Amino acid sequence: MTMVVDARGVGKVFGGGAEAVQALTGIDLEMETGDFISLIGPSGCGKSTLLRLVADLLEPTSGELLINAKSPSRARLDRDYGMVFQSATLLDWRTVRKNVELPLEIMDVPTEERSKRATEMLDLVQLDQFADHYPWQLSGGMQQRVAIARALAFQPSLLLMDEPFGALDEMTRELMQQEVLRLWGETGISVVFVTHSIPEAVFLSTRVLVMTPRPGTINTEIVIDLPAERDLSTRESPRYFELITEVREALRRGES
Amino acid sequence: MSESAGKTSSSSKVVRGGFSILAVIVAFVILWEGYKFIWTALEWTEPVNPSNRTLPHTWTIVGALFQPAQRNGPILLFVELKAAIFTLREALVGFLIGGSIGFWLGVLFVRSQTAERAFMPYVVASQTVPILAIAPMVVVWGGKLDIPQWLTVSVIAAYLTFFPVVINTMRGLRSPQPTAVELMRSYASAPREVLWKLQVPAAMPYIFTALKVSAAASVIGAIVGELPAGFRGGLGRDLLQFSQQFTAAPQKLFASVIVAGLAGMVFVGAITLAEHRFVAATRRQST
Ligand SMILES: Nc1ncnc2c1ncn2[C@@H]1O[C@H](COP(=O)(O)OP(=O)(O)O)[C@@H](O)[C@H]1O
Ligand SMILES: [Mg+2]
Repeated sequence: MTMVVDARGVGKVFGGGAEAVQALTGIDLEMETGDFISLIGPSGCGKSTLLRLVADLLEPTSGELLINAKSPSRARLDRDYGMVFQSATLLDWRTVRKNVELPLEIMDVPTEERSKRATEMLDLVQLDQFADHYPWQLSGGMQQRVAIARALAFQPSLLLMDEPFGALDEMTRELMQQEVLRLWGETGISVVFVTHSIPEAVFLSTRVLVMTPRPGTINTEIVIDLPAERDLSTRESPRYFELITEVREALRRGES
Repeated sequence: MSESAGKTSSSSKVVRGGFSILAVIVAFVILWEGYKFIWTALEWTEPVNPSNRTLPHTWTIVGALFQPAQRNGPILLFVELKAAIFTLREALVGFLIGGSIGFWLGVLFVRSQTAERAFMPYVVASQTVPILAIAPMVVVWGGKLDIPQWLTVSVIAAYLTFFPVVINTMRGLRSPQPTAVELMRSYASAPREVLWKLQVPAAMPYIFTALKVSAAASVIGAIVGELPAGFRGGLGRDLLQFSQQFTAAPQKLFASVIVAGLAGMVFVGAITLAEHRFVAATRRQST
């Protein structure tokens, strides 16, 4: 079985000479199809950098990184992954539907197919009523759902999310988490998810990778053995709290 | 429902706009006539002599518009409106030439740092050379190259219009968030697609701001461009002629200045309408 993400000893240094910043070092990561991996750690520990290496928006300065057994740049050109950032980054001159169609336009998908796919995606994130609205007419949570629909529109095998719910209020955040789990179950996509929130990481993931700063590295891996079907009762189960404690302690250990 | 609400508010905006324009005109007339009245009563002559030879009454100026410009000829308003249309046409062509050059230079400079470093200083320098020095040269060169005279005037107008477009196009093309650029990269988009699907749409508000400045500048450029050759038919020649006749009939100069101002306002107004149509309608989050 090929790894979706296969990293061996990956490191990243920004700049050179006296001003060089070692952002990441010795990252080993094996991610299988269908994994939901969360990266958690304090600000500046290199979570976004690691995500950008996977996305071929940055190049590693050491080690070996393969995405679907290909070089990251090959994987990017093959449109293997979709991205979602903390800010929805919707184009405000395009309607919701046209935003979802943007990657499909770039990929030269024929008009009819494009509009059919956009409709499917908007159904999937339950925004079909808002297809002809402009981004400024939507709430933050709805905008982020559009961003997710846009990332899934071209059916990538990997979804990269960088603190996607960081700007949302707690209630919306929990709804969005449920939503992402549903999409993950329905599409069988693999997800790398960056977050600051321990409960969020535990609730969503199959594995949580705890990172430590200076230089950024993966310190602990915690397998989340909660049942596959997760809902409100999961959030109240004793195992959920145990795992939260485990992640929190791993983060503490990293700090000292 | 939101649509009809939008319509009422836009028509009430037009009414309010009309009122404020009227209010400004009334205020201006009161100030003008008030100045004349007080300065005359107190026998002040500084800074401007209030006599009818230097500051004619507002009604004399408006009246001049409705009197024949020459014996048995059509009224001045008609003559000047014809001249304004003539000049606006030159300005429009210059605006289109200058706007396109400005846009493409902006694209080039944002694409290539080398090009920006090499040419940007000259683009800036070009704007410090007075148009009055450039205009005669262009007229002479244009004559040698057998370019129609109105087109040389347009070239002079273009010279005044391209600069704001270059600057604002560059700012606009650079305005998208870094994550938006990364997003486009993650779709493996070609630079051409990043330009047309992200950068240019993002730059539209910036470009329209520049176009409004440029529209006004193009009218000035056209008027100035008409002067060195004594080019007939446009506003430039009339303004020059009336300023030479200022002591005899000052109201004629003031009247044609009003028409020239109106011509510029019509042009800028048209750009503003286009801006509302193409940009503002979908981007109301800023209001
Ligand atoms: N483009 C860059 N140039 C220089 N340093 C960078 C750059 N991007 C990130 N860094 C540095 O790398 C480290 C990790 O950053 P980042 O991956 O953004 O952390 P996180 O997402 O975990 O908060 C930080 O010290 C940051 O200052
Ligand atoms: Mg980050």
